[in-house]
Amino acid sequence: MSGRGAATATATAGDLILAIETSCDETAAAVVQGGKVIRANVVASQVDLHRRFGGVVPEIASRRHLELSIPVVDEALERAGAAPADLAAVAVTAGPGLVGALLVGVSLAKSLAFGWGKPLVGVNHLEGHIYANFLTVDEDGQVIGDGRPPEFPFLCLVVSGGHSDLIYIEGHGRRRSLGRTRDDAAGEAFDKVARAIGLGYPGGPLLDALAREGGDPLAFDLPRARLEAGSLDFSFSGLKTAVVHVLERAALAGEEVDRADLAASFSQAVADALVDKTLAAARVTGASRIVLAGGVAANSTLRRTMLERAEAGGLTVRFPPLKLCTDNAAMIGAAGYFRYAAGSRSGLDLNADPNLAFGDQAVEECRGS
Amino acid sequence: MKLRTSSPDETEIFGRRLGALLEPGDVVCLSGPLGAGKTCLARGILAGTGATGPVSSPTFVIVHEHPGRVPAYHIDAYRLECGDDAAALGLEEYLPGEGVAVVEWPENIPDFIPPDALWVRLDRLPGVGADDRDLEVSASGPRSERLLEELSHR
Repeated sequence: MSGRGAATATATAGDLILAIETSCDETAAAVVQGGKVIRANVVASQVDLHRRFGGVVPEIASRRHLELSIPVVDEALERAGAAPADLAAVAVTAGPGLVGALLVGVSLAKSLAFGWGKPLVGVNHLEGHIYANFLTVDEDGQVIGDGRPPEFPFLCLVVSGGHSDLIYIEGHGRRRSLGRTRDDAAGEAFDKVARAIGLGYPGGPLLDALAREGGDPLAFDLPRARLEAGSLDFSFSGLKTAVVHVLERAALAGEEVDRADLAASFSQAVADALVDKTLAAARVTGASRIVLAGGVAANSTLRRTMLERAEAGGLTVRFPPLKLCTDNAAMIGAAGYFRYAAGSRSGLDLNADPNLAFGDQAVEECRGS
Repeated sequence: MKLRTSSPDETEIFGRRLGALLEPGDVVCLSGPLGAGKTCLARGILAGTGATGPVSSPTFVIVHEHPGRVPAYHIDAYRLECGDDAAALGLEEYLPGEGVAVVEWPENIPDFIPPDALWVRLDRLPGVGADDRDLEVSASGPRSERLLEELSHR
C-alpha cells in the first residue's frame, strides 16, 4: 500500500480520477490516471450475498452499497497513494441501473466533489464498459494486452445483464447506436435460462461452465431470432422460450434432458446471434476493429465464436481482461477521464437515472439538468 | 374472458386493444411462467397507451417509464424477492400512479398490487403449437370489471 506513495509524484497534475460505481451488485471505487493507468481498483462483491437469495436483491443491494461505499473509496485512495487534493475530478455512474443502488454512489460522489472542491463527472454505465478497453496498465503495474488503447473508429458490442447494444464509436463522445435488444438482454437470457435448467446464481458463469463440460452445441436445434432483413437489433426472448419448451416437453415425456448439451446449444445460439449482427454491422460501417465489453464478454462460447469468425473475415477483435468485463469502477474512471478532458462537468444536481439512455448523444448527456 | 393467440404478433395486437382502453391509475398485472409472452403482451399494451419508444424487458432495472397518451410504467418484479425490495424501490408510487402500470411477475409483490386491478394470465401450451398461448383476463374491482366488459364487447 505505502509503496504506491512514490508513484504519486509522477502523476501529472490534473489527470487522476476517483471513480465510484454502484449501479447493481458491486460496490466499487477506483483511482485511474490519464484514462489508462489503474492505480487502484477495489470491488466489494455482493455476489455471495445474492447467491443465497438466487438473484440480486435490490433492497439488500442498496443497504450494502451504503455500508460499503465509503470504505471502498478509502481503500482505493489508500492503495493509489493518493490524497483528495491530488484528484482532478470525481466520476460516478449516473445510470442505467437500480435506482436505489445508483443513488448511493451518486450521492456519495456529489458529497465528495462538493467537500473537496473537485469537479463532478457523471458517466453512463455502458460507456464505462466500453472504456474498460482503454485501460492499459493494471493496478500492479502490468501492461494489459498490447498496452495500447483501441484505435478509432471501432465497433463495440456491449453485452451484459441489462444490455445488448451495437455501437459504432468514431471518437471520444462521438458514437452511433446501430442496434439493441428488442426484448431480453443477452445476460438476462443467460440468467433466466440458467434458472430454468436448475442452476444457481450467478447464472451466466455457471451456464458457461456447464456448457464447457463436454456439452454438444449441435444437440438441440434452437431457433435464431426472426427480425426484419437488415435490422441490427437482437431478440433473445424466443430463444429463451424455446429452451423452456425443450425442458417442458422432456418433463411431459418423462425424459431426461442432457443439461450440458442444452447449455452448450443455448450458448452457441446466443453467440451466433451476437456475432452475426456484429459482423453485419462491421460490413455496414466498414469497421475493421471489433471491441467487446460487458459481463457477457467473459462468456467462452462468445469469445471463441467471435474470434474465429471475425478473424476469418480479416477483422481484429479485442476483449477487456475478465475482471474488467464485469462491473468495476476502473472502467468508470477511464470513461470519466475522457469526459473530463473533453470539458464535461456534471452539476451537483446530477440525478441517478435508472433508465439513462445511451444513444447518439455527445458528452453532455450526464450533466445535471 | 378467455382467448387463444397463435403468434407473438396476435398477442401484441390483443395488448394494443387493451392498452387503448387504459386511463391513468389503471393497473394491469401479467402473470405466467418464463416465456409465456408477458413482455410481448406488455409491448402491445404500451403501444396502445401511445408509447412510441422501443419496449424491452425491464428485468434489469425493474421499472421502465414510457411517455405516451397516458404515461405508462412497465414494472418487472422478476428479481424482487420480498415487499421490502419493492418498498426500497418506491414501487408504491406507481401502484397506482399518475399513469398506467403494467406489472410482470406481480405474484412477487402481492402487497403492492392494488385491490382493483386487471389480471391477465398467460400460459404456454406444451403439446400444442410452440407459439400458441392461452390468455385469461379477470377483474378484481369495479374499474377493472368495466375494463373487462369494454374489452369483451369490442
